[in-house]
Amino acid sequence: MSTITTEELSATTLLRFATAGSVDDGKSTLVGRLLHDSKSVLTDQLEAVERASASRGQEAPDLALLTDGLRAEREQGITIDVAYRYFATPRRRFILADTPGHVQYTRNMVTGASTAELTVILVDARNGVVEQTRRHAAIAALLRVPHAVLAVNKMDLVGYDEKVFAAIAEEFTAYATELGVPEVTAIPISALVGDNVVDASANMDWYGGPTVLEHLETVPVAHDLSHCHARLPVQYVIRPQSADHPDYRGYAGQIAAGSFHVGEEVTVLPSGRTSKISGIDLLGEPVDVAWTTQSVTLLLEDDIDISRGDLIVPTKDAPPTTQDIEATVCHVADAPLTVGHRVLLKHGTRTVKAIVKDIPSRLTLDDLSLHPHPGQLAANDIGRVKIRTAEPLPVDSYADSRRTGSFILIDPNDGTTLTAGMVGESFAAPEPVKDESEDDGWDF
Amino acid sequence: MTTAATVSEETDSPYALSHLDALESEAVHIFREVAGEFERPVILFSGGKDSIVMLHLALKAFRPASVPFSLLHVDTGHNFPEVIDYRDRTVARHGLRLHVASVQDYIDRGVLKERPDGTRNPLQTVPLTEKIQQERFDAVFGGGRRDEEKARAKERVFSLRDEFSQWDPRRQRPELWNLYNGRHAPGEHVRVFPLSNWTELDVWQYIAREGIELPEIYYAHEREVFKRSGMWLTAGDWGGPKDGETVEKRLVRYRTVGDMSCTGAVDSEADTIEKVIVEIAASRLTERGATRADDKMSEAAMEDRKREGYF
Repeated sequence: MSTITTEELSATTLLRFATAGSVDDGKSTLVGRLLHDSKSVLTDQLEAVERASASRGQEAPDLALLTDGLRAEREQGITIDVAYRYFATPRRRFILADTPGHVQYTRNMVTGASTAELTVILVDARNGVVEQTRRHAAIAALLRVPHAVLAVNKMDLVGYDEKVFAAIAEEFTAYATELGVPEVTAIPISALVGDNVVDASANMDWYGGPTVLEHLETVPVAHDLSHCHARLPVQYVIRPQSADHPDYRGYAGQIAAGSFHVGEEVTVLPSGRTSKISGIDLLGEPVDVAWTTQSVTLLLEDDIDISRGDLIVPTKDAPPTTQDIEATVCHVADAPLTVGHRVLLKHGTRTVKAIVKDIPSRLTLDDLSLHPHPGQLAANDIGRVKIRTAEPLPVDSYADSRRTGSFILIDPNDGTTLTAGMVGESFAAPEPVKDESEDDGWDF
Repeated sequence: MTTAATVSEETDSPYALSHLDALESEAVHIFREVAGEFERPVILFSGGKDSIVMLHLALKAFRPASVPFSLLHVDTGHNFPEVIDYRDRTVARHGLRLHVASVQDYIDRGVLKERPDGTRNPLQTVPLTEKIQQERFDAVFGGGRRDEEKARAKERVFSLRDEFSQWDPRRQRPELWNLYNGRHAPGEHVRVFPLSNWTELDVWQYIAREGIELPEIYYAHEREVFKRSGMWLTAGDWGGPKDGETVEKRLVRYRTVGDMSCTGAVDSEADTIEKVIVEIAASRLTERGATRADDKMSEAAMEDRKREGYF
């Protein structure tokens, strides 16, 4: 480590990922092993775990104590809520959303997956793909997490049998592909022994793929921006009104999708006013072009009325505005969401009044069946919702933009976050099989 | 398996941000959200490296305008003089407004009582929460990072506190995408942690990249220290050394800055930022494990203090 230079350390990229697994699939062990074998658990943390384990009469240090941070969690031996963990290798930095595996905590996996670019779904090699696995795959697909890893754990308990792994990988990949998960990587592991987590396994010569960590280090974290709709939710108007900058008026925000360049014609929504980008400041430094997820300040040629909550978009690629939103939602609050519920809807930087007009269906994650007109959504339920907003909003489909296609509902009385929403269709259709006869229509 | 063949070599697009740029952009987004949604935000500023980085990010977030927040320092009365000097120079340089909540005042007035062990960190909670109520601050930025401690790993970026400033880990709002919910009732406030996703190493790398000045105590220097509970503490009027403790001159530096009574120095020859980064990258101890006595009081020491309103 002592030879690493400052530049080498800071040139790395950041990957946000989430873990999902049932209670006994060994998720804590996998997380513990990733942290431990990547040397991210430091001596004093390990000593604290050893002390705590010993005081409970356990002989070996319980790595789950590394991740169970709250008094109630340690007392009950369960994980209550999402925790975020950090580790690094010379190639990349990682933010891990460590989500509890209980069935009733769907909302926690949704929370973790909302910011994740990759999900690790754990299965027990002895049990294969079970209901819980399908549920996790469905949530990853629903949240449009770009990459999925299937970690087939406890390979040591099935004799490191290639056929067992291949059958599970095939079944899961077929299911996930049907849901529209764009990329699945299956890896046979033993979190307990350490096979293929950080170090390649000597017990599975037949496996030629990466270890879990190698895959996390190399999976691409940014996408081709040329096909993305550019979006900038305006957070704050910067007006110094100082002697040095008497006329400066900048629209600050974090680019939610795509890229913007100086000279581009833009439209401000919902007003529809248009102008041209005269300058882009990247935290005080002028640049010609800026892209997602940079926090920038746009300067426009015309002095038009723009305030927090507006959305700046390229004029040639503006989303429609609407007061009627249909979305798939995950209800995250304890009190149910009902038809007629008056709520606040936060989309980007804009919060508007809204009313729940209809709940056409509730989704059963186990078999993806729809329960029509459930009347309400309880905590952890996923369903379709129709919402009428008091003001028009420029919403994208969640399939096109995870940031400008998502929203939260808030209780106007006490501020509780009620619901996570994704605009448009629930699941991505799998890539259509190209009908070749259509392409060469003139050529027979 | 064919499914594994999807892994490709270094395929990050030219649009992938470096991890420091990604963390910086996220923190700036958080500062701007608060500026847009709250009436009276304040930045907790101790003169320690995390709060210094917070202020640096806030300055960048609103350029070329000035920072639309004031600063609040909870002064334990046992502060390092170098740090107080840094604090005052920084406030003057940027034309900021500084509020001070003083633990010594509370002790002098008899409202708080000195603890037998002389540690003043736990005594900060009352002056902090009373100042928040008096000044009606509705958003309070803290430099806390989730990597510091396992209770902090559960902390939200926007963390609602009741009128007693209490944190209830079981009643936290889920945080989805980057849609932070800052709604609160009058009397309640939101603690905001823009550095939630940063690690100690990220903070140091960012300090290096941005050329941020720090109080000198962060770099190796000769200092009169004595050993208490396994830590090197700075000798001084605050209460050390006592009988049986002997002062010696050592080459040390600090990894955290807090109350002198419970913040230990580490032996170090790292007198430049490059050396500090190499030292931290190789260290087998967390910064709190190495230098904080108060976290060792019990397994849930941080959680318990946070529940009461500590940062």
